Amino acid sequence: MTEQQLLSQFQAQGLESCFHDRHISPQILAGLNGNNWQLKDYEARGGYQALRKILGQDGSEGLSQDQVIAIVKESGLRGRGGAGFPTGLKWSFMPRQFPGSKYLVCNSDEGEPGTFKDRDILQFNPHIVIEGMAIAAYAMGIGVGYNYIHGEIFKTYERFEAALEQARAAGYLGDKIMGSSFSFQLHAAHGFGAYICGEETALLESLEGKKGQPRFKPPFPASFGLYGKPTTINNTETFSAVPWIIKNGGAAYLACGKPNNGGTKIFSISGDVERPGNYEIPLGTPFAKLLELAGGMRGGRALKAVIPGGSSAPVLPASIMMDITMDYDAIAKAGSMLGSGAVIVMDERRCMVKSLQRLSYFYMHESCGQCTPCREGTGWLWRMVDRIENGQGRPSDMDLLDNVAESIMGRTICALGDAAAMPVRGMLKHFRAEFEHHITHKTCMVAAHV
Amino acid sequence: MSSTLTAVAAMTLSEVTQKRFAQEVAKYPADQSQSAVMACLSIVQQENGWVSPEAELAVAQYLGMPAMAVREVSSFYNMYNLKPVGRYKINVCTNLPCQLRNGAGALAHLCERLGIEVGGTTADGLFTVQAGECMGACGDAPVVLVNDRSMCSFMGHDKLDQLVDGLRQSATDKAAT
Repeated sequence: MTEQQLLSQFQAQGLESCFHDRHISPQILAGLNGNNWQLKDYEARGGYQALRKILGQDGSEGLSQDQVIAIVKESGLRGRGGAGFPTGLKWSFMPRQFPGSKYLVCNSDEGEPGTFKDRDILQFNPHIVIEGMAIAAYAMGIGVGYNYIHGEIFKTYERFEAALEQARAAGYLGDKIMGSSFSFQLHAAHGFGAYICGEETALLESLEGKKGQPRFKPPFPASFGLYGKPTTINNTETFSAVPWIIKNGGAAYLACGKPNNGGTKIFSISGDVERPGNYEIPLGTPFAKLLELAGGMRGGRALKAVIPGGSSAPVLPASIMMDITMDYDAIAKAGSMLGSGAVIVMDERRCMVKSLQRLSYFYMHESCGQCTPCREGTGWLWRMVDRIENGQGRPSDMDLLDNVAESIMGRTICALGDAAAMPVRGMLKHFRAEFEHHITHKTCMVAAHV
Repeated sequence: MSSTLTAVAAMTLSEVTQKRFAQEVAKYPADQSQSAVMACLSIVQQENGWVSPEAELAVAQYLGMPAMAVREVSSFYNMYNLKPVGRYKINVCTNLPCQLRNGAGALAHLCERLGIEVGGTTADGLFTVQAGECMGACGDAPVVLVNDRSMCSFMGHDKLDQLVDGLRQSATDKAAT
């Protein structure tokens, strides 16, 4: 057996994470089985009809740029990468009449702990991303695009490259697409292990062949982006939602979710559930339902806490989670954020100090070092949580932790500083007693901690 | 480190390597070849096992950028090996979602089985084991990455043993042929 044959045996097939019947009204993950990622399969599922429609290649007169943007605005689609910014509004910021180069960038640098949805989209339905990007490029008058893919998922990058070749050969990408006057060139790029490049301006720096240190904003990418040109950056899942919206209309998409929270969302569930994986469900679905889809708690244990939107989101206790719906507004109201839709589930055995110790290490490790509050502060946070976990905490550490977190928040160029501080504050807010117990008794409050 | 860079001679790039570089450069505007540096460095690493100062210089010359700008990139991104590693570099994710499903246990098991510390390399030069950060595959935990490009999912202890044995076997087979 060759190395490659051996290694391919251990490659995820998506059976557990993606191909199950426990999605609710899926749009992006509908009908996938792992073998039907190719162009002909995507076309059989109705693929590239939305692009055909806007270009007027289906016998209609097509849609104008303004019409496409208006439909996306109406849909209520919000950025699926973490910030939840309204997509149609972002698209309207692009100076469409700007005569020079403009760029479209897909952010597939999926490294937020807990998130693994973009991987499955790109691996098992890559053409939906290509079609979404082509539609976006048309709407904003953009000629060139890049999809920046997380370096750790190299096989997925290669899969996307293969899909690009197919789309070019079929005339869905390139010059004068489907005989129209619209041209769009799309390429794939990859990262190589830097969480910070998920931040959009760090990603642009990386695409320019530099270390990924975020840029000060303003200027925003819409005026000064890749190579200093107007640029729009959206997440993989955001682009993937676009073909359905164009085909079915903005109102239909909005109706899938709830007001101001249109459509379906893919939630990546990890941790202490029976069936970790991706679940595409309408926004506004109760968390209790999502937990049920994921097979409930592993081993029938009790739910203790959930980090509802990736590791940067403040943790919420079970009592709050079991009462809320999974959408941007409900989770924000509960004091956390939907983020990228990464739901990290923790059961009654979990020690919150140990959990925070691991997360704090991550942010210290991934801070790019550009801003002092983040570079120094993330180290402070980790060292304090680490000593509390190891039974060397001091009573004064409680206030000091809060003080350091407070001193990072809002004082850095990008959101990584906030992302490091928010979990700390969330933990202290909801699980303060556990930290105090650690300091006083120099040991864990939970029996079999992990 | 800069003195190292000036002291070395650029590695010779094979025709195959240059062709792979050219494909990456072609993705970007003519005056933006530097954009291909990430891909070129990962190609060099795939072919040589690590990114040596000689390779950095060769990439710098190929792309028409200062060697120091290449070093800024190679030293910023975690996956570039700036020192030689074992023939099989195995990165184990130990971030929180994986930790909840025994990622740390997977790392400990690998190290124990290979008789090395985290970050160490086996005496025969076959394996290096490192603790990694989130690989974006949390639902498949425990997850390991072999030589940057092959992700292995659901790696319980049995499967880790199969992986190590299999890689060792394929290295032996290759040496025999």
